[in-house]
Amino acid sequence: MIDYSFLQHYWWFIISLLAGLLAFLLFVQGGQSMLFSLSKTDQHRFLLVNALGRKWEYTFTTLVTFGGAFFASFPLFYSTSFGGAYWVWMLILLCFVIQAVSYEYQSKPGNTWGRTTYQSFLFINGLFGTFLLGVAIATFFTGSDFLVNKGNITIMGGETATGLVISQWQNPFHGLEALLNFRNWTLGLAVFFLARTLACLFFINRLADQDLVARSRKFLLYNALPFVVFFLTFVIWTFLSKGFAVDPATQIVSLVDYKYFFNLIEMPVVAIFFLLGVVLVLFGIIRSLISSTYASGIWFSGLGTVVTVCTLLLLAGYNNTAYYPSTADLQSSLTIQNSSSSEFTLVAMSYASILVPFVLAYIIYAWGSLERKKFKGEDLKEDGHVY
Amino acid sequence: MELLNASLVDWSRGQFALTAMYHWLFVPLTLGLGVIMAIMETAYVRTGNEQWKKTAKFWMNIFGVNFAIGVATGLIMEFQFGTNWSNYSWFVGDIFGAPLAIEGMLAFFMEATFISIMFFGWTRVSKKMHLASTWLVVLGATLSALWILVANAWMQYPIGMEFNPDTVRNEMNDFWAVALSPVAINKFFHTVVSSWILGAAFVAGVAAWYMIKNREPEFSRQSMKVASIFGLVAVLLTAMTGDGSAHQVAQKQPMKLAAMEGLYEGQNGAGLIAVGLLNPEKKSYKDDVDPYIFKVEIPNALALLGYRDMDAFVPGIKDIIEGGYTTTTGEVALSFVEKQERGKQAIQALADYRTAKKGNNETAAAEYKAKLKENYPYFGYGYLDTPEQLVPNIPMVFWAFHIMVYIGGFFVVFFAVLWFFSYKKKLETTKWLLWLSILSVPLAYICTQAGWIVAEVGRQPWTIQDVLPVQAAISALSVNSVITTFIIFAVLFTALLIAEIRIMLNQIKKGPKAD
Repeated sequence: MIDYSFLQHYWWFIISLLAGLLAFLLFVQGGQSMLFSLSKTDQHRFLLVNALGRKWEYTFTTLVTFGGAFFASFPLFYSTSFGGAYWVWMLILLCFVIQAVSYEYQSKPGNTWGRTTYQSFLFINGLFGTFLLGVAIATFFTGSDFLVNKGNITIMGGETATGLVISQWQNPFHGLEALLNFRNWTLGLAVFFLARTLACLFFINRLADQDLVARSRKFLLYNALPFVVFFLTFVIWTFLSKGFAVDPATQIVSLVDYKYFFNLIEMPVVAIFFLLGVVLVLFGIIRSLISSTYASGIWFSGLGTVVTVCTLLLLAGYNNTAYYPSTADLQSSLTIQNSSSSEFTLVAMSYASILVPFVLAYIIYAWGSLERKKFKGEDLKEDGHVY
Repeated sequence: MELLNASLVDWSRGQFALTAMYHWLFVPLTLGLGVIMAIMETAYVRTGNEQWKKTAKFWMNIFGVNFAIGVATGLIMEFQFGTNWSNYSWFVGDIFGAPLAIEGMLAFFMEATFISIMFFGWTRVSKKMHLASTWLVVLGATLSALWILVANAWMQYPIGMEFNPDTVRNEMNDFWAVALSPVAINKFFHTVVSSWILGAAFVAGVAAWYMIKNREPEFSRQSMKVASIFGLVAVLLTAMTGDGSAHQVAQKQPMKLAAMEGLYEGQNGAGLIAVGLLNPEKKSYKDDVDPYIFKVEIPNALALLGYRDMDAFVPGIKDIIEGGYTTTTGEVALSFVEKQERGKQAIQALADYRTAKKGNNETAAAEYKAKLKENYPYFGYGYLDTPEQLVPNIPMVFWAFHIMVYIGGFFVVFFAVLWFFSYKKKLETTKWLLWLSILSVPLAYICTQAGWIVAEVGRQPWTIQDVLPVQAAISALSVNSVITTFIIFAVLFTALLIAEIRIMLNQIKKGPKAD
């Protein structure tokens, strides 16, 4: 039962799950993108920063773990996408680098560049970090221009210094060309507005300040609407588009009409979870909009986000589909078969992954123990560490 | 062509060096200060003395400022393997990726989760739970060091893997050989305990400043007490593991050992240079210029250090390139030219194997596969053109090694003296020692950076020892792209470093009372 193919599917599931968790935790970024608009006073902004500041490391660590797990389980993706779509990934990374210091430094004397600079860093991270991650993930469905030829490495003293590199990106913009495709934009914007929507739900749940909660409910509507529009546009467009199918016998990649829609039909369990995820997201949003006292929307929409994003990526990788397609040469496309680590490594890593529930348990414990009561300005002094 | 070639590789290396050195400004303080503040909190929980809590909290605030920028600079390190070392990522990702993933799953989350309890949980969890959280932050940081050092050690001493010609990459076949290789174990302990020295020196330096200023007497005494004992233990352990590291280097990377000592001509019972000055006129391993302007040697010490035998033969740079000497395993060492030839045969056999496979010619494929396997230990040499490429930057490695050892030696004496005066409660009145404590802070940073220069510059040209040189490990990028990101990182990290240092100085000036 546990053969190589099972392990490849297992690890693609883990990657998809991590992507789902990351998408949920991007509420931190969504909140950062509203630091200036949602808050009306300095006290407001102070509260928002401190509420988010206790969570940012989860998002950051999930991003790092997503990267590490992707490297270990599908190294050809790591070498092809990161080394090829250089600028998109570098910009994403820079957005997160500037975030990492900003909470800790913004209110400390001697921070040199001033509070506004660090809060702007948070804003930039919230705006571009989410959008670009969405664009990058959209290329899993729309494709990129690259060639993979493992034989290149046998070139000794070739014409160019880089001739021996296995993965060759064909577009001189090195990843930025993804911005020329409007379908990529729709997912980028969907992720951006989703992050903001989740942030509103998070604030509604966490904050004691009535003024901020009321404004969060208003902002929830403004952000949930464009989120739904862009998300549906992306999903419907993707279901109606050609997809990158892999012949299971020959491993030949070809374009197939409605491939992703067929994936949904052919994998009913994935389909059910996908729809369930979408319903949960919408339920959390709508209930929070209807009832002015309802504060638990974040849990439904959050869980729904994890499930939806996870299943969306399963649609990209399962059912004989190339998850990182090449439009320059279909046969260079990456599949979970041709890009994965060896069976031995996947097994070794699977043993390590058994410890993940334990990790989740202590995260839930820590989260819970710090959040027994609503978040108030007065608590900050008492807790002893203020941003 | 040659210039372009060199540029991309050099800028990629430059960027990696830049980001790694920045990252390493913050990591050792996290590792060292982490243990110190955890010890202090333990003292608080055991004695109930509120002053210990204040002292611990002050250091935790410093820890937080340092930790944030460590996280910021660390993110790039992980993704850079993909962005700038694309071939590397595929060629060895099957082995190298696993420790990185485990680091994320098991170590980073531990750090990130419990640091929130450490900072925000003082009134929200019990005393004991808080103490446990602090220790778990330290454990998480140390575990993350373990996994990344396992990965680094594997690059210096690739083991537990086999090359698969069908997938054109190295594949892991023994996880524990990778995780528990002697190089990994040594590197882990040497790196972590030497980071404790830096943490101890940092704490001692700051406490000394308060003593000079006649401020915070209780806090300073407590800090000095912990720092001096902890520093002394750390420096002794570092010396032990440093000896182990040198022994490993001699076995696995003889060129690095030769570079550390500027040893061009091998000798039986070679000595260790106690004091020496390299001759800048020495341009090549082939010329007859004396590599030293002067040197004072400890007789037989290098042979003893490297081979645990006073009379052992220590090969010099020239010997390693020309071959012909007997190695520790009893074989006659191949020359560079022979290794290069076998490397080229291995690479060609791989190309031929792929062609034969495509043509369904199984017999030929099997032959090429056997030939590849036979020559694979020298695979990387096939990408090198000249023997000079095999020689790392000698002055840089030589000086880095000697500076590291000198400063390390200084710290043995320093912490012993500091502990003595602290024990005798005479520190406050011993001004020269207080000033020396302040001076020892930058020395600790120089020492730890020098250590990494020895490890990383000393292993050039290899990303994976003998298997993949830097020029075959790169991404297919334009030089300008890498120059641009290099500049962005240089400017951004410098700006953040300035902020970090100024925030710390501000916090130190304010002192623990302000909290």
